[in-house]
Amino acid sequence: MSELIIKMPPLGESVTEATVSQWMVKPGDHVKKYDPILEAISDKVVTEIPSNDDGVIEELLVNENDVVPIGTDILKMTTEGAVGSVPVAKVETRTTESQNSPSFKATGRFSPAVLKVAGERNIDLSSVSGTGKDGRITRKDVLNYQPKETPIISSQPAQLASEPVIRSTPVLELNNNDAVTKAGPVRKMIAQNMLKSIHEIPQAWTMIEVDVTGLVKLRNSLKNEFKEQNEFKLSYFPFFVKAVSSALRNNPKLNSSWQNDEIIQHKDINISIAVATDDALFVPVIKHADRLSITGIAAEVSRLANCVKTNTLKGSDNEGGTITVNNTGSFGSIESMGIINYPQAAILQVESIRKELSVLDDDTFGIRNKVNLCLTLDHRILDGLAAGKFLNEVKANLEAIDQNTNIY
Amino acid sequence: MSEKSYLEALNLAITEEMRRDEGVMIFGEDVGGVKGGVFGVTKGLAEEFGDQRVFNSPLGESEIAGLAVGLGVMGHHAIAEFQFADYILPAVNQIMSEATKMRYKSAGDWISPIVMRTPYGGGVRGGFYHSQSTEKIFAGQPGLRIVTPSTVYDAKGMLKSAIRSEDPVLFYEHKKLYRSIKDDIPDVDYTVPLDKANVIEHGDDVTVIAYGMMLQFVLNAAEELKDDFSIEVVDLRSLYPIDKDTVLEAIRKTGKVLLVTEDAKEGSVMNNVSAIIAEEALFDLDAPIKILAGPDSPSMPYAKSLEDAFLVNQADVTKSIRELAEF
Repeated sequence: MSELIIKMPPLGESVTEATVSQWMVKPGDHVKKYDPILEAISDKVVTEIPSNDDGVIEELLVNENDVVPIGTDILKMTTEGAVGSVPVAKVETRTTESQNSPSFKATGRFSPAVLKVAGERNIDLSSVSGTGKDGRITRKDVLNYQPKETPIISSQPAQLASEPVIRSTPVLELNNNDAVTKAGPVRKMIAQNMLKSIHEIPQAWTMIEVDVTGLVKLRNSLKNEFKEQNEFKLSYFPFFVKAVSSALRNNPKLNSSWQNDEIIQHKDINISIAVATDDALFVPVIKHADRLSITGIAAEVSRLANCVKTNTLKGSDNEGGTITVNNTGSFGSIESMGIINYPQAAILQVESIRKELSVLDDDTFGIRNKVNLCLTLDHRILDGLAAGKFLNEVKANLEAIDQNTNIY
Repeated sequence: MSEKSYLEALNLAITEEMRRDEGVMIFGEDVGGVKGGVFGVTKGLAEEFGDQRVFNSPLGESEIAGLAVGLGVMGHHAIAEFQFADYILPAVNQIMSEATKMRYKSAGDWISPIVMRTPYGGGVRGGFYHSQSTEKIFAGQPGLRIVTPSTVYDAKGMLKSAIRSEDPVLFYEHKKLYRSIKDDIPDVDYTVPLDKANVIEHGDDVTVIAYGMMLQFVLNAAEELKDDFSIEVVDLRSLYPIDKDTVLEAIRKTGKVLLVTEDAKEGSVMNNVSAIIAEEALFDLDAPIKILAGPDSPSMPYAKSLEDAFLVNQADVTKSIRELAEF
């Protein structure tokens, strides 16, 4: 009937702008209502923006890689049955109605129950569609809400860098055999977060060696039985996560973040763990790790790793991390320098466990299992002393593990 | 099990309790003799228990209540009947100042273990003096329990509990239900607690709380709408004090609540329920609390057309539930 301007829709609370990642339509294309037209990235998620109506795409108003504020006109289309063009002013008034997802149509207000459930489950109400009167989001809509399967990049706070992704100038001449791949949205987000961390955080590095002979014995004695009783394996990693979360209780400074010249000490102990796929790195979060047993942590690690594999990680799985523990030992590393998962205060790399000939306390020799723990810390928040105290407590926790340690 | 009407269930409750406890007596206007009450609730009792225990009183409600209070002090589980709830007003002083406060003011030396029964509610073309819901007058007086059964099962079980109560119970019976509802109930001696609301139907779309005739409308509506919505139906049973726990739990399941009473809305029992919900469960509400009630008009009119217009009806209830479910 007329021209329709589609605007960049709200992508979540506190998200003020989004990057135009990839157009999925071009001028002249016919689209149906709800067909995806654009892939946009806020720093939480990659989202497909749907069309508001049936029609023909007339003009793309923004370019790929543009960073645009929420509400910006992004696309002009002619809706089905249009005859000729319509004065622009009229178009504008028509489109304000349809700029938002149906959920905002009702009153823009949410009931106390809706806000409560959304808060408890960490659900972004702008992504919930309402079935109530005039499209109102009901409590049941929130209870039944299943997040869409969107790749999720990181657990960073909702604050999009206003500058476009930095592309470095090529320093190597291309030769004919070189394969050129455009960095995908996920890769670009990783690049951006890594740069942000390196640019903003003065990072210091330290390493300790821990004797984990007791841990290795315990785990080896349990692993077969454990595998039979559970749907997942008992690896070494949950023991490290447990040791870290216990140590954090006495070293809360490590569980903090620097935000706008304020140091925020987090009450919850939520441990981000790095999970890699072939071409991306995800940092899902084990919530309240200090309240979980070793088995509980193992179950959570297994669940999150599976979600990464099947691309079913939910938004809430990625949020709220307060420190990162990275299992670099899993690919054989014995020493590494992690980059802090912005804006956390520290990242701990758990390296390979290796056998070593050691001089024991009673001056005899013995074969012991040793592991290096490498800590990168935000030197604005932490000094060597605090980091050392923390690491020594982690070490003590790990070295205290023996056959009597209860994993349940 | 045998099929009884609401009225027969009440009669059975009194009969069984009078057989069980010789101290139980019943009296009121036209209660005794062969008449057995204007509605017949006490029919046959005088014949079985004699006119020392089942007898007529003068036309004086203050005296009926006062007699019950006195018998209670003497240790009788006395049952007083007010012929219509509209007639209860002359007895207010005896009920509120004496029966209700007996245990409190005597520090437990004397009690008032009595039941005051009275039929209430409209829809029988009774006009001003035979149709009103007067429970709100007493609701809010600590020391006095106000209950009403809304099912045949509860009619017997709750009246037996009320008769056995060691403290005064104002027992409202919906006169329209006397002969309009029937159900199979156990022939055995059973009781129903007076302080617990009853969740009759379980659902997760809308919670509806009602009592009396209105509960029947709610149950019909729940049946009619069952393919579209699942409705939690709560029979309030105790009009004062309100069973907060059950009410709040039922609200929290759905976040949407409809309260139905045929009484005029202002100051009604449902306004009290609404206040409890607003105070305790705000953050569980998904819609404004909705109260469906009679108009704020002085009393039930007599003319059929006006009575129909005054009373909340089946269509009103169904429509309100649907609207709330769709909200």
